[in-house]
Amino acid sequence: MSSPLALGPARPVPLSAVNPVAQLTAIVATTVVLLVSGDLVTPAVLLAAELALLPAAGLVRPGDVLRRTWPLLVSALGVAWVNVAFGSLSGAEAWVSGATWALRVVALSLPGILLVASTDPVRLADALTLHWRVSTRFAYGALAALRLVPLLAAEWESIRLARRARGVDAGANPAAHARLLASISFALLVGAIRRGTRLATAMDARGFDSGIARTNARGSVLRPLDTWFTAGAVAVCVLAVGLSVLTGSWHPVLAG
Amino acid sequence: MTGPAALRLAGWGFRHATRKAWAVRDVDLAVAPGERVLLTGASGSGKSTLLRAVAGLLEPEAGDPTGELAVDGAAPDRRRQRVGMVFQDPDSQLVMIRAGDDVAFGLENTGTPPALIWPAVDAAMDAVGFELGRDRATAALSGGQKQRLVLAGALAPRPGLLLLDEPTAQLDPDGAAQVRTAVLRAVADRSATLLVVDHDVEAWLPLVDRVVELLPGGGAVEHEPGWRPAAPRLPERRPHSPGEQLLAAEAAGYTHRGSSTPALLPTDVALHAGRTLAVTGPNGTGKSTLALLLAGLRAPTTGRVVAGPALTTGLRHPDRPPSRWRAGELVLRIGTVFQQPEHQFLTGRVRDELSLGALRAGAGGTAAPQRAEELMDRLGLAELAEANPFTLSGGQQRRLSVATALATAPRVLVLDEPTFGQDRETWAELVQLLADQQDGERALCLVTHDAAVVTALADDVLVLGLPVVA
Repeated sequence: MSSPLALGPARPVPLSAVNPVAQLTAIVATTVVLLVSGDLVTPAVLLAAELALLPAAGLVRPGDVLRRTWPLLVSALGVAWVNVAFGSLSGAEAWVSGATWALRVVALSLPGILLVASTDPVRLADALTLHWRVSTRFAYGALAALRLVPLLAAEWESIRLARRARGVDAGANPAAHARLLASISFALLVGAIRRGTRLATAMDARGFDSGIARTNARGSVLRPLDTWFTAGAVAVCVLAVGLSVLTGSWHPVLAG
Repeated sequence: MTGPAALRLAGWGFRHATRKAWAVRDVDLAVAPGERVLLTGASGSGKSTLLRAVAGLLEPEAGDPTGELAVDGAAPDRRRQRVGMVFQDPDSQLVMIRAGDDVAFGLENTGTPPALIWPAVDAAMDAVGFELGRDRATAALSGGQKQRLVLAGALAPRPGLLLLDEPTAQLDPDGAAQVRTAVLRAVADRSATLLVVDHDVEAWLPLVDRVVELLPGGGAVEHEPGWRPAAPRLPERRPHSPGEQLLAAEAAGYTHRGSSTPALLPTDVALHAGRTLAVTGPNGTGKSTLALLLAGLRAPTTGRVVAGPALTTGLRHPDRPPSRWRAGELVLRIGTVFQQPEHQFLTGRVRDELSLGALRAGAGGTAAPQRAEELMDRLGLAELAEANPFTLSGGQQRRLSVATALATAPRVLVLDEPTFGQDRETWAELVQLLADQQDGERALCLVTHDAAVVTALADDVLVLGLPVVA
């Protein structure tokens, strides 16, 4: 069940002990620092800290890590290459700039991957609604909609087969391929809307969003560990900026 | 307010905002607290609309109600918390990814204190005989298990009125029986009034006190105790002796990519002209997969599917298996009817739908429209020629999907659960329609759970077994 679309109960990993809102706070802190920084040292330090957390998120084997991160690594390499090839700098400076950009992209996205790998979607919805007052309609509606995604894959296949059974296929014609793809997508969309409507009615029938204050059966507790985790993240940010300033490489992009 | 609820309808009716005709009208019905009533009636008699109104789910802008409707003496929208409801499709009712969380969902919505939620969840799961535990992933359940879980979710807030809208229509006979047993267990103590809408009267009779039938023209009649629906008239059979072999599976099996267990074990079966083969067996034995292989829609992963000379004449590559034929060639030789008719509809008019197959297969000019007219006349679809296929009733869609498969006059017809979830009238119509297709030239393959269809139509029966776990 490594597909991000197959939504099931997530296997708990050590990082799951940290409340999702504490993880999100840490993500906000590192994101701000990374967006402001323009040097190589800051993202390098933050990335080192993030990599140190990989085992805690259950990502130990290189294969598991690659399966989660390959799109991110590809885009980071793409960004670096564009910088080296088309940037205004040349020689060693171009390479430093490319590496800086690649590190920033990876350091910015890795916390999101850690969150997804360690957090059960239900716990995330619980934490968001209880601690950050995110609308329950949004959080649990999204959760219910996510459940329908794997069904779409099966539906796609049967719509495609039903079209072949009616004498409709694309053969070798690329334009016909595009038309067929569009028509299957449309049929899938219509089906998804109908199913979504039925789901909304069923949720209504179970009193969802009926104006009564909703309770939460599972709860979401903030513990000292969460404070420590957030404080640790801020400390790593301070350390990264401090090292950058001390080594003389700090040049914030916003000021610059 | 607790305990079973009372329900009263007097001269009640409803007209959908977009329609001229009344969906239901002149219904008088009084259900006493704790009573169990089955509400039946033909497709389109407004059973589901009535049930939604009782649940308070019809928005004011959905249409015009008339007459009186009261749950415990008040309008349904003020009694929403007294009502629990279960619909047909389990997949569009489950909200959460764990079984226990899903049962808790309704309790959370009504503001139940967290300390009281889990005992109530356990009690509801127990009441429906769901023994897989709170942490079981809802995606990994069978249809019958899912629907029992949905029932537990409806029961957990202890409703005074339980409404079931064809709760077993999408389940195999096993799953349907599980759900009915769970319902019986849950309402055995008469702690809730029960109103079931279903056209499978026979199955619910042992569970209910009374049967009320909605009439298509309006009004409702109550049936005497001991009443049973008339048995459907079966078509007369004239068995043909087996003609030439049209299509055969030779040790054909199928395993989904990335799966270790086969969806279909290697199977041998042959379709002969003039004969009807029924494929039956429990869920998970690959009946539908076999249908897809025979229909040339999927290639077997082991073994092969071979077409006889009667099918392969005129093909560009007669040596290729059906799964590699061009769609235009396939549609002239093997017709397929899927479980979900609407997946097969491609146009905006019934008339166009029927001429499409012939046009795709290259029959130009007047032949295709002529055949379409003929079929519409024969299948009672002539009045609907200009209608959009997606707006037809379930029974009409089913007839149209069979008609589209017949439009290109294929020698082989493969049908997957053609009578699934149909009311008695549509059932009888369909069986008659299929009986009419049985002639010396054509082979039919029916995948079905429906024992009555097998009795009515099948010459040969193939029972698939579950794969033996090594």
